[in-house]
Amino acid sequence: MMVEAKWIDIGPVEQLPALGARTLPVQGGQEIAIFRTATGSIHALANKCPHKDGPLSQGMVHDTSVTCPLHNWRISLLTGEALGEDKGCVPVIPVKVDAGRIYIERVAALAGVA
Amino acid sequence: MNAPVTIDDKQEHASPHERERLVVIGNGMAGCRAVEEILSRDADRYAITIFGAEPRVNYDRIMLSPVLAGDKSFEEIIINDQSWYDDNGIELVSGDAVIAIKREAREVVSASGRVTPYDRLLIATGSDPFIIPVPGHKLSGVITFRDLDDVDKMLTAAETGGHAVVIGGGLLGLEAAHGLSLRGMKVTVLHLMPTLMERQLDEAAGFLLRSELERRGQTIITQADTAEIMGDSHVTGVKLKDGTEIDADLVVMAVGIKPSVNLAKTAELEVERGIVVDDDMVTSDPAILAVGECVQHRGACYGLVAPLWEMCRALADFMTSDPSGYVGSVTATKLKVSGINLFSAGDFSGGDDTEDIVMRDASRGVYKRVVVKGDRLIGAVLYGDTADGSWYFDLLKRQEDISDIREALIFGQAFASGGATLDPDSAVAALSLDAEICGCNGVTKGQVVACIDGGANDLDSVRAGCKASASCGSCTGLVESLLSISLGEDYGGARTVTPMCQCTSFTHEDVRRNILEKELKSIPQVMQELHWTTPDGCASCRPALNYYLLCAWPTEHEEDPQSRFVNERMHANIQKDGTYSVVPRMWGGITTPNELRAIADAADKYEARLVKVTGGQRLDIFGIKKEDLPSIWADLNAAGMVSGHAYGKALRTVKTCVGSEWCRFGTQDSTGLGIKAEQMTWGSWMPHKFKIAVSGCPRNCAEASIKDLGIICVDSGYELSVGGNGGIHLRGTDFLCKAETEEAALEYIAAFVQLYREEARYLDRTAPWVERVGMDYIKGRIVEDEPGRKALQERFLFAQSVHQKDPWAERVAGAESHLHKHIAEIRPFAILEPA
Repeated sequence: MMVEAKWIDIGPVEQLPALGARTLPVQGGQEIAIFRTATGSIHALANKCPHKDGPLSQGMVHDTSVTCPLHNWRISLLTGEALGEDKGCVPVIPVKVDAGRIYIERVAALAGVA
Repeated sequence: MNAPVTIDDKQEHASPHERERLVVIGNGMAGCRAVEEILSRDADRYAITIFGAEPRVNYDRIMLSPVLAGDKSFEEIIINDQSWYDDNGIELVSGDAVIAIKREAREVVSASGRVTPYDRLLIATGSDPFIIPVPGHKLSGVITFRDLDDVDKMLTAAETGGHAVVIGGGLLGLEAAHGLSLRGMKVTVLHLMPTLMERQLDEAAGFLLRSELERRGQTIITQADTAEIMGDSHVTGVKLKDGTEIDADLVVMAVGIKPSVNLAKTAELEVERGIVVDDDMVTSDPAILAVGECVQHRGACYGLVAPLWEMCRALADFMTSDPSGYVGSVTATKLKVSGINLFSAGDFSGGDDTEDIVMRDASRGVYKRVVVKGDRLIGAVLYGDTADGSWYFDLLKRQEDISDIREALIFGQAFASGGATLDPDSAVAALSLDAEICGCNGVTKGQVVACIDGGANDLDSVRAGCKASASCGSCTGLVESLLSISLGEDYGGARTVTPMCQCTSFTHEDVRRNILEKELKSIPQVMQELHWTTPDGCASCRPALNYYLLCAWPTEHEEDPQSRFVNERMHANIQKDGTYSVVPRMWGGITTPNELRAIADAADKYEARLVKVTGGQRLDIFGIKKEDLPSIWADLNAAGMVSGHAYGKALRTVKTCVGSEWCRFGTQDSTGLGIKAEQMTWGSWMPHKFKIAVSGCPRNCAEASIKDLGIICVDSGYELSVGGNGGIHLRGTDFLCKAETEEAALEYIAAFVQLYREEARYLDRTAPWVERVGMDYIKGRIVEDEPGRKALQERFLFAQSVHQKDPWAERVAGAESHLHKHIAEIRPFAILEPA
């Protein structure tokens, strides 16, 4: 049942402060950062800046981007691409919200799990 | 269609047998509008029966709010009275709900047992209010806001006054709150999300709305999670998950609606969130159609009235053999609260490929934001001035190419449609001389032009000369246009001063002055009043604003953790591998065997990969995971140590030498003074990090001459110097003054720190600040002006009475615990419950 589900329930939306982020470790895989913007939309990226692997979950969220805490690269929450002059891209993991709970796409979340 | 005729037929119309029988379940807005649309196309095609659960004729449900508020009576919101049913030969069965659909027999059964056959059935059951199943939700006095009965209950409750709690800060909840408030109840609105009406409004507009409602006497609590509704038989109060209790004589649940699908589900029609329909509004049974809030079309359910009209048109086209097809709706929202103008439409969640155009007019309380993607308008939020709402909505629905009017789009239809005047300069040139340019100071175009003719040749001289653009700054663009028109090639262009960041045209100094003058107390308020051009700032201005506000209003400022750099949010220093380093405070660099043991134990217990003595005479424990921070802090707290603030734009360390107590050269107790200075200044937030050192003699072993504030002890007292830096640009301190006693030295220290806190730009160390303002200025404020110095000291000590507390102890006690926990954890093929 859980095994077949396309989406994994990772908890209620209100666990995420507006303009904040939380982490979602994946055993054997890449940790994921879950973000919430000022307008309430939820996004997920691999928790790893394309520049020097900084934990994006600890950055500042503004509009639909996050600024990496290590060297201030700005990463789009929508595409995972570095914005401005910087070049690089981090995987985006599809998420959806249903009845106040956040769901993350199983296949993308488990990408890279051996 | 050939169903048998067994109808209990009171209809006077002739030959119902020849007509198809249409039965409508739902006497609400959708059901009746569908019937009206069908009648207008072919009045004779169907014999129509409408079932309604409410014992009354069809009324305009969206006007219940004005009825509650006393702006309208029930009679005024009736859409179709009894004569409409009679004139059109419609049989109305009100107060008798349909309880079953027998699809094979093609008949419906009502609560009273009446069996009615149909050829076509239309389901228009609308939606049900969503009830949060908290303890106490069935108590008397807990109601929803859906129909006239609910309004009657609210009016009855309001007659005796008292407290009302509205759960839900969306459209419906706020309208209920407004009505109850006007009826004399003391109203508290509880909203789960941080922003009111977050689905329709962005943060900035939500903030303005909240301020206005609070001004009108409502209490608004956001991020309020209801735990329980209290009371024995009748409600007495509401308890939140954080323990807050609010008195209540009436609780209105207005958290949302869900499509009413039970009837359809029991009849085994295809139902997901709503009853699934195709573009002709036909359900999975070709004889059954559905329309309104109960349906799901192309994956979308709608809770607003406009889509309903569009669905009804498509339905009627199909049912009169001229199918047109419904393609879904773009929706717009207006709040029906008198005196508050608010409009939102489309998608305003932003994105990389979208562009925000924001205009704020603080003096009129206006916030406008339009979102453009490519050459199309895709969303709009308007607060305060919604006159152009329908124009934007029209552009949005018709997907018009707006590239030609892009520059002027935000100014609205009158401006953007002005034909040839699309270049902003020519639009300004076309204004008459008595047109007002600056609303704050009432300056006309003629006055600005006269000021420019009188010699003003840049923005600052216009501001100084005639006050235009000198207050809120929103007319800066207009003034610059006038400069450019009047001076032509002689205009040097925009100012050379550097604004705070790309979100604003104001400098740091302008922003700080405005925060004080206008008594701005929150980040959204600053952004609104000072016309920020982005919806929620950037990583550069947000921490600065947070600091300026806490410095200006120590007691009133509400900390915004999301506007802190990671180290200050986590109270530890992030390292390149994402772990943290932890530095406990050691007063004046003095430690004890017990403290050292606790540090050693903590380093072992949390598997620190390195312990390092810092340049500021402290011990830095490296490689701590964010989840372990609260426990290592608890261990260090238990040994009597507090946060060392090695992570903060704050007082870092006071470095000392051993001084006269041990050293044969020592002239004064430098360690003692260092400890006193550190105990006075620790925990204070500053524009940047701040280091102090006290050396016991001019040999200066504590390296006081490269600190933000250095003290060198001499036989006759203490020499204070400031503005040193050992960083990228080595800078020795400049002499400030000499103090004869410790007490006097501490007074100078407090005054200097406060002057730096109040006047330096965020992220300026003391060195560049001292160079910019000059030592003469600083001496003038600190040394020569004794009352001024004492006032600075007093303000500093007052701020310290608020801010000097150990953030580690607060976190150990559970504050902001989500920052140290994962939201959940995925293990392949299993998931742990959220933390």
